[in-house]
Amino acid sequence: MDQHTPESPRPRGLQMARSMCWHCQSAVTGEYFCERCVKVQPVSKETDYFTCLGFPRRLTLDPKKLEAKFYELSRTFHPDFYQTKSPAEQTISLGNAAVLNTAYRTLRDPIQRAEYLLGLEAGSVKDIRTSPPADLFEEILELQDTLEEYRSSERDSQDSHKLRTALEAEQRTLEQRKQEMEAQLQQLFTEWDRLQDRGEATSQTRVERDRLLKQIRDLLSNRTYITSIVNDLATTIA
Amino acid sequence: MTRIVGIDLGTTNSLVAYMKDGQPCVVPDRNGRTMVPSVVALTDNGLIVGDSAKEHLTRNPERTVYSVKRFMGKGLADVQNELAYFPYTLTETGGVIRIQLGEKRYSPPQISAMILKELKRRAEAYLGESIGKAVITVPAYFNDSQRQATKDAGLIAGLEVLRIINEPTAASLAYGLQKRTQGTIAVYDFGGGTFDISILKLKDGIFEVLATNGDTHLGGDDLDRLLVDLFIGQIQEQHGINLSEYSDHMQAARLEAERAKVRLSDDLKTTITIELPDDKGHFTRELTRDQLESLTIRVIERTLAPCRTALKDAGLTSTDIDEVVLVGGSTRMPLVRQSVEALFGKAPHCHLNPDEVVALGAAVQADILSGGTTDMLLLDVTPLSLGIETMGGVMSSLIRRNTTIPASAKELFTTYVDGQTGVDIHILQGERELVKDNRSLARFRLKVPPLPAGVPRIEVTFLIDANGILNVTATDMRTGQSQSIEVKPSYGLADAEVERMIEDSFKFAADDVSARKLIEARLDAEALLKTTEKSLAEAGDLITADEAEGIRNALSQLATAKDGHGSPYHPCADGRTRTGRKTVERGDAERFAQEKSAREESHRSHVKRAYGI
Repeated sequence: MDQHTPESPRPRGLQMARSMCWHCQSAVTGEYFCERCVKVQPVSKETDYFTCLGFPRRLTLDPKKLEAKFYELSRTFHPDFYQTKSPAEQTISLGNAAVLNTAYRTLRDPIQRAEYLLGLEAGSVKDIRTSPPADLFEEILELQDTLEEYRSSERDSQDSHKLRTALEAEQRTLEQRKQEMEAQLQQLFTEWDRLQDRGEATSQTRVERDRLLKQIRDLLSNRTYITSIVNDLATTIA
Repeated sequence: MTRIVGIDLGTTNSLVAYMKDGQPCVVPDRNGRTMVPSVVALTDNGLIVGDSAKEHLTRNPERTVYSVKRFMGKGLADVQNELAYFPYTLTETGGVIRIQLGEKRYSPPQISAMILKELKRRAEAYLGESIGKAVITVPAYFNDSQRQATKDAGLIAGLEVLRIINEPTAASLAYGLQKRTQGTIAVYDFGGGTFDISILKLKDGIFEVLATNGDTHLGGDDLDRLLVDLFIGQIQEQHGINLSEYSDHMQAARLEAERAKVRLSDDLKTTITIELPDDKGHFTRELTRDQLESLTIRVIERTLAPCRTALKDAGLTSTDIDEVVLVGGSTRMPLVRQSVEALFGKAPHCHLNPDEVVALGAAVQADILSGGTTDMLLLDVTPLSLGIETMGGVMSSLIRRNTTIPASAKELFTTYVDGQTGVDIHILQGERELVKDNRSLARFRLKVPPLPAGVPRIEVTFLIDANGILNVTATDMRTGQSQSIEVKPSYGLADAEVERMIEDSFKFAADDVSARKLIEARLDAEALLKTTEKSLAEAGDLITADEAEGIRNALSQLATAKDGHGSPYHPCADGRTRTGRKTVERGDAERFAQEKSAREESHRSHVKRAYGI
């Protein structure tokens, strides 16, 4: 999988769908365009979002650099600049721009970025289930009861006021917890990036790698769970 | 390089603009007016559009269509609760509203096409070249059906619509071009029939929309309606007349309400005068700005919730906004400005003409598409989430709202029954969980080879292009073959019907043109006679007797020509009107009148300055 050594860096540019230009059939050597006939080339279906935006598979990315690259590539691919070109080039530009937009949307958000990287490194993202943090299990069950009680309580009654205050306190606790999780995630992200930067492929680093991926996965699913509860809480007492 | 024009197809008024030496300009008519009222009337001499049609609103309300934009991409059920306000007859065929005009029924895209053709003609006459390509603006919150309907209108008008662009983002282009701003801006666009809010980040020539929101059924029309309802109630009370039974008087009341609203943007009070039916005299009352504001505040406040949602979706708070730009005629109301200022905590920018800025921006976008400009690029978003119906009547989102377009999503479909040969797919747009609460866009049937259940694998790609319009393609993953999909729109014209309308539009074009030209020439002549006579009366002493005599001669010749029948009558593009033998230098008379009123004006302002008024 991701076992590139520093001596053989991952190609930073876009990977093109074909090694041969769709138009003039010469070998494509340029990054996004055929060097001979200057036609735009389609982004390969296999290109991952990191490669697409020219970034290494890291979990902490500089948002400013990411944005700059997105703007640069938008200028390269946006259909607005292909209006006077052939229909084939217009279709390619449309497809490329759509991929670019999805790539940027995914990578600019640290959580989505991590989920996406998990999918790349350890199989399907769909495995990330939403699961409650083990230590909060009891508390969450209780919260669900309170929520139910509040929903069925009479509006503006004393009971409902009391329940509401309790729920608001609970919301603050959970928000706090969510922030802690995010801080923890950030730490794991840094660890992951450091491991990747070392670029070693020993059995020890493989164990380390799997441990990190598992921790990130667990935290992400806990966070998703807490997020949905907090949202639910917020809409109920809004 | 063929020219591409930018068109603002508005609810109340429409404009066309083009690029001249790197600057966008609005095309004026011969009288210098830039706005074409979005009104189409059927007269005995055929269909007419714009200022001349507007006069038929009160004369011939059942056959005069206004605010047609409200019906684009809609079914009859969507406008059920406002049918009473429209004097013309609406029906529905194939999920599309039809408007009865005389013997014929027209779809909203056909009516819009007439307005577009008028703009096209105007641009052609002004620029002296034929126009075949355009960028047309739509409210940012328009859904797929409404965008498609706008594109259809362009096709029917004989225009290749190179791009459908959102009105607030168009405005931001014009604004950005002029101000060279960097930072985060909010464009608050409150027009005649629609409301939009867009939050954009401007950086190094990139205009990135972060979020957009709005209400495609909220505009100045709704404010006028509140006023009309107030007047109707009082007329009933004071005169025992139910005005709503008289569609011509209703239109007069609506126009008076609109004018009063406009006046109250400058004045603190105004007088309303509405003629009553059956020679029962007039209804008059005073209306103060305070009264207008307390009547309309709830409607104006309805614009604020979308603003808050857009800010939240952009991940920003009002303090992050560097500048607020106002677009649309309704933003001239002081209360609107105050509400916007209160929400964003800063005075809005209103140095651009809110009526013209959208058309100007469309011209900038047209310039980008034609390769004239490469330093600006607009990255817009889709305003509504796109999804498909899944088990249990639930919508499953594929592309979330505020996703940068072009955007695509892929979904893999298979079968549940052995030998199943099709899968029905229902496409939706909206933010609600249940299918029934969202907007149905289209349905199609995916063709599947008869195989055991679960074996077929068809990948469907949903692509929202840079126009915000959905394109659907499907590929059989087993064979790699793509299949064409015939999408049946829920609220749109089928391709075949659009084709037929294009043909019709060419067929009737010749008849329409001559009838329209006669009517227009007469109206122009009438207006010219009136203004020149007025100027002569007011300032005739400023010119020599010879000059005055010459003008009077020209006037009487024009008057004869205007009322003439059958004689050759050829209005020319250069503004001259020629009768059989003699040539009336109407361009000259007109210029003369204008120069004179300019002289008068400067005279007046001298007086003002001298007395410090």
